[in-house]
Amino acid sequence: MPDVHILVNEFVNQLKKRKIEGSQATAKQTAELLRSVISQQRVPQTNQATALINAVRAVGEKLIAANPVELAVGNIARRVLHIIREEDLSLATAAIADLELSAVSDDEDDVERDDYPVLSAAAVAAAARSTLRPPSLQTLLEDAPISAAIPHTSSSGGDSEGKSRSVDKGSRGRKLKHDVIEAVNELIQDISTCYEQIAEQAVEHIHQNEVILTLGSSKTVLEFLCAAKEKKRSFKVFVAEGAPRYQGHLLAKELAARGLQTTVITDSAVFAMISRVNMVIVGAHAVMANGGVIAPVGLNMVALAAQRHAVPFVVLAGSHKLCPLYPHNPEVLLNELRSPSELLDFGEFSDCMDSASGGGSLHVVNPTFDYVPPKLVSLFITDTGGHNPSYMYRLIADYYSADDLVVKRRPVTGS
Amino acid sequence: MGAPKKSSARVSEDHDELVRVPLQAILIADSFTTKFRPITLERPKVLLPLVNAPMINYTLTWLESAGVEEVFVFCCAHSKQVINYLEKSEWFNQPNFTVTTIESQNSVSAGDALRVIYERNVIHGDFVLVSGDTVSNMSLTQALLEHKERKKKDSNAVMTMVIKRSKTNPAIHQSRLGTDEIFMAIDPDTKQLLYYEDKADYSKGTLHLENSLLADNPSLSLHHDKQDCYIDICSPEVLSLFTDNFDYQHLRRHFVKGLLVDDIMGYKIFVHEICSDYAARIDNFRSYDTVSKDIIHRWTYPLVPDVMNFGNTTTKLERQGIYRASGFGTKIGNNTKILNSVVGEGCKIGSNVHIEGCYIWDNVTIEDGCKLRYGIVCDGVTMKSGSALEPGVVLSFKVVVGKEFVVPTYSQVSLLQQPIEEDSDEELEYADSTSAITSTLDKSDGESDSELSDTHFNPASELGFGGVGYIWPKCEGGHEEEWRHSVAPITEDKILEAVKALEDELELILDGNTLPPSGELKPNSIDSDEDDNDDLRDDFDKEVEETFLRAVHENIQENHLTLEVNSLKLSYNKIAADCAGALFYAMMKYAVDMPHSSAERLTQNVQAVLAKWKKVLTSYLNDMDEQIEVILKFEEMCLESAKEYAPLFAQILHYMYNEDIIEEDAILSWEDEKKEADESDKVFVKQAQTFIQWLKEAPEEDEEE
Repeated sequence: MPDVHILVNEFVNQLKKRKIEGSQATAKQTAELLRSVISQQRVPQTNQATALINAVRAVGEKLIAANPVELAVGNIARRVLHIIREEDLSLATAAIADLELSAVSDDEDDVERDDYPVLSAAAVAAAARSTLRPPSLQTLLEDAPISAAIPHTSSSGGDSEGKSRSVDKGSRGRKLKHDVIEAVNELIQDISTCYEQIAEQAVEHIHQNEVILTLGSSKTVLEFLCAAKEKKRSFKVFVAEGAPRYQGHLLAKELAARGLQTTVITDSAVFAMISRVNMVIVGAHAVMANGGVIAPVGLNMVALAAQRHAVPFVVLAGSHKLCPLYPHNPEVLLNELRSPSELLDFGEFSDCMDSASGGGSLHVVNPTFDYVPPKLVSLFITDTGGHNPSYMYRLIADYYSADDLVVKRRPVTGS
Repeated sequence: MGAPKKSSARVSEDHDELVRVPLQAILIADSFTTKFRPITLERPKVLLPLVNAPMINYTLTWLESAGVEEVFVFCCAHSKQVINYLEKSEWFNQPNFTVTTIESQNSVSAGDALRVIYERNVIHGDFVLVSGDTVSNMSLTQALLEHKERKKKDSNAVMTMVIKRSKTNPAIHQSRLGTDEIFMAIDPDTKQLLYYEDKADYSKGTLHLENSLLADNPSLSLHHDKQDCYIDICSPEVLSLFTDNFDYQHLRRHFVKGLLVDDIMGYKIFVHEICSDYAARIDNFRSYDTVSKDIIHRWTYPLVPDVMNFGNTTTKLERQGIYRASGFGTKIGNNTKILNSVVGEGCKIGSNVHIEGCYIWDNVTIEDGCKLRYGIVCDGVTMKSGSALEPGVVLSFKVVVGKEFVVPTYSQVSLLQQPIEEDSDEELEYADSTSAITSTLDKSDGESDSELSDTHFNPASELGFGGVGYIWPKCEGGHEEEWRHSVAPITEDKILEAVKALEDELELILDGNTLPPSGELKPNSIDSDEDDNDDLRDDFDKEVEETFLRAVHENIQENHLTLEVNSLKLSYNKIAADCAGALFYAMMKYAVDMPHSSAERLTQNVQAVLAKWKKVLTSYLNDMDEQIEVILKFEEMCLESAKEYAPLFAQILHYMYNEDIIEEDAILSWEDEKKEADESDKVFVKQAQTFIQWLKEAPEEDEEE
């Protein structure tokens, strides 16, 4: 236990001091941390799921508070909570199926499951899942031929449902924990391979002799473009440099090194160049439930330019970037103002900031993110495929359970 | 991408070296000055809130995130308060970051502090030396690396000072932080610090550099736009140096200058300049104001209120640059305006209050209709309705300002009387602070409250009806300077005054021609006291002549000759006019010594020599006085040593005028000077009469054109 505390505090510290950057790294580390929290959590005989949920919630709350702008932390915490709920449920249904009990009076079960009639295991599982997760298009299609026996392909904890059918009651605690850890491992795996899964779709979107525009640097975009290149597509890339951090320069360097025909332009030239562009492909910091995008600063401008010239605006986002929250006042509340020293040299302008001796009072503001409203986004490409902005809320319902949207410890729950 | 690679490389390198020593830091939680009085009589400076968090928190947070593993906090004044604070905070139980306090009651300076730490024998390797009022977000990796590498090459490189570019206000010679302009000479290649002066004398407008400084270093750059961040990376030798030199008190004034002057031991100090990172030390009320604003403007990111969240409150940055904390308990009434200010926890601010540029700490009560401008209001202060603060006021703890009372500008108000032995002399400040420590220490140990309640104030005290507190009488030394260091913006008239003074100064400089216009490295700025005895003069002239002849014979370049003459000038303590005279003498002597058959031939000789060495001569002839000196010298020669020139005087004068060696004004004023002279002295004026006449008419012709 003390080890976990140290780990948690260390991670909180790093988040607070903004030492971890990039949603992928953050997501991965959060998942790993939560895994060790779960593995070290001692589970009681009863209410194991609640104990785990409370433990994860407590840590998640701390992590979110440490850097509320890094939405990936919250996303992962919610994903893990969802996994615990699902695993618990699937274990419960498996147990029911085994025992063929007529009434489920098991106190280890979740509350909402009290009044199921006797059904076959598969039916119960399907029903249970549908209470946890309202049927999505995908599940509906799957469920049509045979019921829930088909392993679920959505990448969260869904596919572990079918694994454990027969468990004896005594080892259920350990079993639950084990399954949850397995599922979290899968989640970590998903996070680290999301690039590949997104990149696999590249050929479907990038066509021969197209001109692609991107802004700043994103690992996902890099992999996406390179995947298309590897499939022998020949196309041009315009890279807007992405002031003030100029990460576009790095991206351009990398692309050129991989043999892509790359052109660097300034951010302000985007509108001038957009008419020659066939598609805008960018990365995101987070995708909100309404389909809006929190993205590096400058992207709203690009999206507007793309809309003006009817150029498709495509956002690449791994599923860990899907955030179940709706943005409220995102320009301010989901933004972070970084040090103005990225914009200009303190020494050169120090006399302009010496308001005390009448040197003038210069203010410099350096916001990190832009909010791109959903109507400007043409397509999201996630590791599960391409989606419309209006479909985001559905996708999110696949990954998160509604109970976890607010990650705050309930004042009194079990434990 | 570059940074992480570097750091990982560094770690592995460290492992290769014998044993990896944890990075240590010494944090001196006392400034050993009285600049924050009267507040510091009751609370140590490091615990004063800076944008609602104690200053020491900023320093410790930075040290922790910069990778320092062990910090020794040296506490002196109010040591109990500092230790209590640290015990209550989370700093004592951080993983990978140990904080140890070292307490000493009888240290009166940073030097003493370092000697105490040396005795404890806790520092084992390179360490970072900062004071507890430093705000920074710089990464130490690069600076440490540079320091270590230099140390490897040269064991005398004992210290690396961190500097940052920041322009100073030219009119008042002070930085944004309210500190004096610092002059530094730095070797541009090695970054070695060669000269450091923070108390330059502006009245003369000159700066004195040792000539050995110029002789020994192939190049050096002189800066006055660097800000000393008071962050030093030191080798352990620094501590023993302090112990060896028990008279070192002040880190800069004694230690740095001492090392720079001392060439026996050969210790070297280097600088590390930071560009994008922020670092500043809070030295006085003005820097308190400036650094607060820098924090609010996020130059210190991530050390900004909404990210750092000390304590339990969460602060959010909202539109229009407003930081708002939740659960703060501060109430603000209707129709109250607060601009450019910081308001602490638990304050009650009434209606129709106007607050501008103020720092209001915790639990302050401001009643309706008050007006506060550019002040610092400490914990527990009450301002009765209708009272006002003029710019620059400091209200110390629990002061009560009476109804409708206007606290005059720059006043410092405290419940405590001003300590008697106040002295503006800096040296005595140390002694002074000891007495302050002892007198206030017992108060800080819990007695203060009871004592304060015992004190009976008149209902109509110095602070109006119902006011409680003393307005400190202004000490004489501080009076002049208070506008420099207060939180209030410097008033227009002060700046105008300073600008005017600067202009006068410039005129003075131009008159005396002590500073070359470019400001480059020509240290020809020594004011000679004009009591040269003749021996010296002759020696100097002779030396210059010899140097000149050598230059002619060995074909030395002009600028080298200039350099040599410069060094002669410095060693003989001469001014430019002397050089000009001596050089001119040498040239004419040389010309006359050359074989010549006729007067015409001699003129040609003179012309040839002057043409060749004109540049050297004119570099000393920026000014009329020097040119007159040359004419006088010429006259003297014609009369005495080289009578051959006598008939050619006017001719050569004309030539020199044509060549721009001597200007019209100089000739005219020379003539003017000679008007009252004896007839015998006027020989040459008469000879040149036609030429002068022509000169006088020339300008009128110009006008006609």
